[in-house]
Amino acid sequence: MRSASENTTLAWQEGGRTLFTIFVLITLQLIGESIVQVSGLPVPGAIIGLILLYAILAWRGEIPDEMSRTSSFLLQNLGVLFVPAGVGVIAYLPMIATEWWIILLVLLVSVIATVAITGLVMTWLSPRGIEAVEAAAR
Amino acid sequence: MSADKLVNGLEFLAATPLLWLSLTLGAYLAAVAINERCNKMPLLNPTLLAICFVVVVLATTGTSYKRYFDGAQFVHFLLGPAIVAMAVPLYRHTEIIRRSAGALLGALGIGSVTAILSSVLVARSLGSDRELWLSMAPKSATAAISMAISGQIGGIPALTAVLTISTGIAGACLASYVLRLVGVKEWHARGFAMGLSSHGIATARAFQENEVAGTFAGLAMALNGIATAALVPLIVKLLDRVG
Repeated sequence: MRSASENTTLAWQEGGRTLFTIFVLITLQLIGESIVQVSGLPVPGAIIGLILLYAILAWRGEIPDEMSRTSSFLLQNLGVLFVPAGVGVIAYLPMIATEWWIILLVLLVSVIATVAITGLVMTWLSPRGIEAVEAAAR
Repeated sequence: MSADKLVNGLEFLAATPLLWLSLTLGAYLAAVAINERCNKMPLLNPTLLAICFVVVVLATTGTSYKRYFDGAQFVHFLLGPAIVAMAVPLYRHTEIIRRSAGALLGALGIGSVTAILSSVLVARSLGSDRELWLSMAPKSATAAISMAISGQIGGIPALTAVLTISTGIAGACLASYVLRLVGVKEWHARGFAMGLSSHGIATARAFQENEVAGTFAGLAMALNGIATAALVPLIVKLLDRVG
């Protein structure tokens, strides 16, 4: 067991590496955006950045602790990142005012059907024992 | 403090991006607290609640969306790095992804066609005009992709953006109930269904449920972006031929 003050010191030192991790994420997105600009690929630059980071992790063969922490921070709070764009939807509400009931019905039917069918097909086609792999990963 | 000073102070507050940044984060944190108090009920989705809070504040203070976004864009900007960061759980769960590769592709094809056909056919049967159902067709892909497809096939990209975000919120709120109803229990299948149908906003929800679910949701979101871009123009062409 480490003492409380040693833990505090460790946490303080680890903070120094966060900047490097953020630098890596942003730079990979920048490279991704540049590749999209040059090649005209119909893929968002961030997805290219994701593929590049995956390749780096596969090459290293491990996930650095700090990368794991920063990615968990971003992904566990992913919901807040959609708030600014979501608020923007309200500006366009008059656009759907006349057809709102068609839109609501379509969204409900389509989301329910898509979620149910995709989930069921995924379950039927998955090999047995996949849950054990899942449990081991946790 | 004199009234003059107070007015000056308020004007300063409304002009600084800090105010709208704080509002966005505060509204979301409050939404998470409410959601947790209600046993994480999916219907009370934190993203949806936070959007409602912010909209009420903007409406009561007469603030324009542009002014709000000047501050909130710092949060919006992090979406890119967050997508890059998804490589970490994808790498960590490579083994499950490899083992379910066949299931993934099957569910991707069937799910993507279901998402497109169900929205187009229901909209047409309810008498929607052509622009509306064209704008609806790509709604399950992530916003950047769905808007591009919409413009390409003759829909209205701004309308598609609204439909896409609404689809995301609907999926985040409803998917857990639907999956329970049809008896889909494994995390990887639940996540994949959420991400395919309702992209990023449902992926955020999936990450709150479980890391494997979130990983498969992110994967489904990326794959369905590609599948939707390929399938929508084809399906529209087919429907036009049938009439």
